[in-house]
Amino acid sequence: MTRVSTGSTGEVAAGTAGQSAAGQAAAGQGMAADAAGRVYTAHSRPLWRRVLLTREASIIGLLLAVLAVATLTVPNFDSPLTTTFLLREITPILLVALPMTLVIITEEIDLSVASVIGLSSVVVGLCVQAGWPFPSAMALAVAVGAVAGAVNGALVTFVGLPSLAVTIGTLALFRGIAVGLLGTTAISDLPEFWTGLTRQNIPGTPVPLVMILFVVLALACAVVLHFTPVGRSLYAIGLNKEAAAFSGIDVGLTKFWLFVTSGAVSGFAGVYFTLLYSNARGDNAIGMELQVIAAVLLGGVSIFGGRGALHGVIAGVLLIGVLGSALRLSGVTSDLITIVTGLLLIASVTSARALTWLHQRRARPGRR
Amino acid sequence: MFSMRRNARIGAVATAAATALLLAACGGGSGGGEDTADGGDLSVTFLPKNLGNPYFDTSNAGGEAAVGEFGGTFAEVGPTEASPTSQVSFIETAAQQAVDALVVSANDPEAICDALNEASGVGVKIVTFDSDTNPDCRDVFVNQATAEGIATAQVDLITEQIGDEGQIAVLSASANATNQNAWIELMKADLAANHPDVELVEVAYGDDDDQTSFDKTAALLQTYPDLKGIVSPTTVGIAAAARYLSTSEYQGKVALTGLGTPNQMREYVKDGTVEAFALWNPEDLGYLAAYAANALATGEASGPGDSFEAGKLGTFEIDDDGVVLLGDPYVFDADNIDNFDF
Repeated sequence: MTRVSTGSTGEVAAGTAGQSAAGQAAAGQGMAADAAGRVYTAHSRPLWRRVLLTREASIIGLLLAVLAVATLTVPNFDSPLTTTFLLREITPILLVALPMTLVIITEEIDLSVASVIGLSSVVVGLCVQAGWPFPSAMALAVAVGAVAGAVNGALVTFVGLPSLAVTIGTLALFRGIAVGLLGTTAISDLPEFWTGLTRQNIPGTPVPLVMILFVVLALACAVVLHFTPVGRSLYAIGLNKEAAAFSGIDVGLTKFWLFVTSGAVSGFAGVYFTLLYSNARGDNAIGMELQVIAAVLLGGVSIFGGRGALHGVIAGVLLIGVLGSALRLSGVTSDLITIVTGLLLIASVTSARALTWLHQRRARPGRR
Repeated sequence: MFSMRRNARIGAVATAAATALLLAACGGGSGGGEDTADGGDLSVTFLPKNLGNPYFDTSNAGGEAAVGEFGGTFAEVGPTEASPTSQVSFIETAAQQAVDALVVSANDPEAICDALNEASGVGVKIVTFDSDTNPDCRDVFVNQATAEGIATAQVDLITEQIGDEGQIAVLSASANATNQNAWIELMKADLAANHPDVELVEVAYGDDDDQTSFDKTAALLQTYPDLKGIVSPTTVGIAAAARYLSTSEYQGKVALTGLGTPNQMREYVKDGTVEAFALWNPEDLGYLAAYAANALATGEASGPGDSFEAGKLGTFEIDDDGVVLLGDPYVFDADNIDNFDF
């Protein structure tokens, strides 16, 4: 009962780590005391406010509202095809968003994910062309992704470079290698069993088979992030890495493995992307890193680290997907869809800032 | 107590997520009923490679005109960038809407195949135009021109402009450009067979780069002082060559023709640098594609061997490969160039 400090949400951790960080991130925390007399700011507010007045809850609420409105007003939106197509198409973003959430929570970023998808796509295509059995090709593609992630991780943690700069570099580097390996050609002669698999639904539902895999991965990530010391340490790193290091967390190693995970998951997403479109190309998924990061931020993860939860991120990805699908079905042009997504992201970040400011005022009435 | 709250919170989230899934999944019952309107009101969706492209704006205008003639609903959708997979979500949307026909210019022959097959599975007729997919992913491909047609049109233009004798050169794209190389081979054969007094002295490669093409034009003119004409079967090459000629002493003395677009070539046609050049008419292409979609959706034609009416363009036949040919390339000159904006 008293172990609430390693509780289930980002906010609780923000409370504890915020204190060790000498109030640096204590923004918006109220006060509450546990049995040992320590204060847990986030728990001073009533339950309904803690559940409903979070960014995650507001994104989920918005998602539900958009779903309801679209179902009622957009012709053909309620067809099972919509669910199938929507989930199938956002799966790569959903997959990559999981490790991206963890990376951003530690105040780092991985911009190279879409290039790793391209690289993995080319690797899997070349292996199939060389006559490899598909599972080995897939394994190699995931391994190449992991190695790409390790390159990012090593440059960030062991050399000590900023991940923004490093992954902008590897974004170009991995994409260059991918396009260079295959040129402008594409390999589309992929095993039909595997391409067919990406188009199959869970029997009796309009939900693609691949969602099972995603749910398993998401649960694993959620458990690690929200219920294990390693996961909690990510928030601590994101809030204040010096304090985290003094608390006995190996900041460098933790980040290194996060980048490796990000690379490996992107590698897998590349295999899925290749199968879904029956097409191995170097320019696959170009620009997807921005879609992933937009969805993660929309889902309530702070770009400054230390704040965020997976259910918010998943809702963020779904929200962007559902909005796009509903707008396309109502005949809205693609440029307008992009504008709507952009405005939504800005509105979401602005409202979060406003919320923090309000909390701050309330928490420290003496100061402005 | 705390764990209870935690559970309550997880519970709330789970409920919300479950509701979302339910909402998304629901409607299986109410189903997207197919609006197979009886006759008269066909829904035709045009999906170009990308939006904001003058070429496709022109072809879509042709498509819209045709749909207006046979009385249907025209829609134009498309991605902002022409990447291989960016068209997939629009194909899926058309399948969800159960439109009667989808008219596509494919960004990639493979990447959109499965999506097209799925749309086909729910009864959408698939017509490709301008750029084909694999033949098994569409019902009909409306082809703008054949390689033979393109080669012959260019040979006819240049030989006519130089009086059927003298030296000519070709300014091509890159040395391994598949289309251009095929056309050049056919042009060489046509010249040898039908124009014995015309000598093709060199095939230069401008790599579809404006500056390289410009420099190669200058080199050709210096190397061959007796050169009477240049053929450039690529839109980049012909525009660069025209720019060089228009400011040089060779303007009006050395003929230039090839494949170009009216917007690029307008000023050079007007200042006399270029007499005439060829391409197909994208408006007719869109018009024919819309009529092909109409024929498939109404059952007027169903596959190879069948013929259908295409309004002002006349009657067309679907050949054994499921291809409908628009016809010979269209020749643009000073008289008609102002009718086009692409």
